[in-house]
Amino acid sequence: MPTLKIDGKEVWVEPGTNVLEAAKKLGIEIPHYCYHPALKVAGSCRMCLVEIEGMPKLQISCHTKAADGMVVWTNTEKVRKARQAVLEFLLVDHPLDCPVCDQAGECYLQIYYMEHGLYKSRLRENKIKKEKAKPIGKHIILDQERCILCSRCVRFTREVTKTFELGIFNRGNRSVVDLYPGISELQNRYQGNLADICPVGALTDRNFRFQTRVWYLQQAKSICPGCSRGCNIEVDYNISREYKAGGRRIPRIRPRHNPKVNGYWMCDDGRYGYKYVDALDRILLPRRLDEGEPVELSWPAAYTMAADLLSEATKEGADKVGVLLSAKMTNEELFAARKLFSSLGVSRIGFRVEPKEPGYEDDLLIKADKNPNTKGAELLELGLGAGKSDVSALLDAAEAGEVDTVVIFNEDLSKSSEAERAEAVLPKLGRVIYVGTNWNATAAKADLVLPMATFVEQEGTFTNFEGRVQRFWKAVEPLGESRTGLSILAGLATALGLEPVSENAEEVFAELAEQVPAFFRGSATRNLVSTGNWLRARLGRR
Amino acid sequence: MRIPQSEKELTFWERIYFPEVFRGLAITAKHFVVNMIRHTLRLLGFKNVPKGAVTYQYPEEIRPISTRLRTMHRLARRADGSPRCVACMMCETVCPASCIYIVAGEHPDPNIEKVPIRFDIDLGKCIFCGYCVEACPEDAIRMDTGIYNFAAYTREGMVLTLEELLAHEPAPYVSVPTQDKAPDPGPLAKSQPVSAPASA
Repeated sequence: MPTLKIDGKEVWVEPGTNVLEAAKKLGIEIPHYCYHPALKVAGSCRMCLVEIEGMPKLQISCHTKAADGMVVWTNTEKVRKARQAVLEFLLVDHPLDCPVCDQAGECYLQIYYMEHGLYKSRLRENKIKKEKAKPIGKHIILDQERCILCSRCVRFTREVTKTFELGIFNRGNRSVVDLYPGISELQNRYQGNLADICPVGALTDRNFRFQTRVWYLQQAKSICPGCSRGCNIEVDYNISREYKAGGRRIPRIRPRHNPKVNGYWMCDDGRYGYKYVDALDRILLPRRLDEGEPVELSWPAAYTMAADLLSEATKEGADKVGVLLSAKMTNEELFAARKLFSSLGVSRIGFRVEPKEPGYEDDLLIKADKNPNTKGAELLELGLGAGKSDVSALLDAAEAGEVDTVVIFNEDLSKSSEAERAEAVLPKLGRVIYVGTNWNATAAKADLVLPMATFVEQEGTFTNFEGRVQRFWKAVEPLGESRTGLSILAGLATALGLEPVSENAEEVFAELAEQVPAFFRGSATRNLVSTGNWLRARLGRR
Repeated sequence: MRIPQSEKELTFWERIYFPEVFRGLAITAKHFVVNMIRHTLRLLGFKNVPKGAVTYQYPEEIRPISTRLRTMHRLARRADGSPRCVACMMCETVCPASCIYIVAGEHPDPNIEKVPIRFDIDLGKCIFCGYCVEACPEDAIRMDTGIYNFAAYTREGMVLTLEELLAHEPAPYVSVPTQDKAPDPGPLAKSQPVSAPASA
């Protein structure tokens, strides 16, 4: 193990680690632009220069391997002067349009200039004009003037997506990043990451463009509900200036680094798939159908009505009730729902909904299963029959007259493989209760609709496809009168006169970990609850 | 807020009340006599005599204002009449009263890129600190219209919109006149409700 000294502090690192990463281990940040831990080293920006004793010139720390006995100085006069000179060169043709640039506030030119800037222009020449505001993909817009040619984006399309769309063209101060000739736009499904890795404002997000300023945003750690991968994400929300971004509370979502799940990346489907959260079709109030006419209800009335419907149904026989939970619900909600319905004597509790068409899958991140918590539901031993679509089983039973009351949680059956049958069978059933976030064909026909909160409006855990239980936190309050799944289940339990259920996700998880052997016990639970780090479910450890 | 009270005991002469009343009357009379003498002497041509105090008959008579007075906001225009503002939201960020509401949109010219499609200032909230003018990197928002007497019947009426802000003109430079001449109210005498923008 090489042991080296950085700024007088000793550190040992794995062989092959570069000086920049070794310094990071000590908590020393060396300014850099082109270096990205997930990409190959380019060494083009020259910002990470450090002084190494015994070497005649300054060395770039990103491309210098840590060696035994090395003595590195990262903040000497010589180094600071070099950084200032590098920044001066990088800014020679930079347009300084920070006021209109979406990167402003999180731009590394701004951040490093605060400490290493020259603050006095020596430039007499005119700045080179290049192409501005050029859309190069469905989600990305390019500004060549702002580019510092670090080539992170070029390396991303070469090494991560392997789609080779971007390159650097021309020479000298006329060099530009652009699409290769013959390519009209970015084709890959991970292009949103380009805006994240661009250290300046050259590549920005078209979805986020001019929506708000980054310093208005607050962050909540979350888990992407787009597929069973469970990418770690940061939800950027804005509640201080509600008129921004067309009233959307969530202007963007960014990946959060987790080397075990998603690395530094996330896919576009997940990144831009959150918009239902603030969509106009959110269910805001409980509603019942009175001879086909919708009537809005208050929550106490809705709970009473739901309890009446369920107790009527269970009086006729608990096996006449079918419950369709959703793999979009958290472990805690699934557990609380299982507890509630099994104490009513209901045994038909399913969750598998087969989509009309199989989902897209690749070998980078995207999984075919578009539900975030299928594994969690499986570990909770829900489901009506292994591998089979639970919707089909429920509809079979309904057609045979074995089921006449259905409770559906947040699943639009009109988008499932059983759409036609569901459309025919559901209206014939005696009682249909729908608990969900957005209006859809299934909700429109239900006798009682209860509004549920989305993933950004509650906390909980999802279990990803490999059995990692990952926690996410609440970002914003539930929209309108909607309530979290746990709160709805707790209200139902009270209305039915059953044992009260906790609304607190942490408490429910502790109980879940206590009772379900597949989840953790004791200290592991506390660890998960406090840090939110991934942990592996016992059955998932293969 | 508690107002600190003086603990001082009243003297005998203060307590019997009337001498204090007459002392007050004497002060008033002194101001009257001194100003009367000053005005008369200056009228007679004695220019070395200090000026006498003046009362402005507002609103018939408008007191001249300093050019650096922070008055109602305006947004500067480009040559083509479009706003100079690029919706960077610096003023909105710095505003201590949170009275500025900006929604940005795309400008057809990629060299300008960003333009406000909504820019409201709620004068009912504004404290006229002038931070927005300080913060503006484009020198687009200014507080030099000379309009300070605005009122509205509703809260909504106190909101200046983008169109109103763009329609405002700067007050022409008027040096503060000496008090010998009757001040020319000039363009500063504009007195209008907020909802009716000054003609451009």
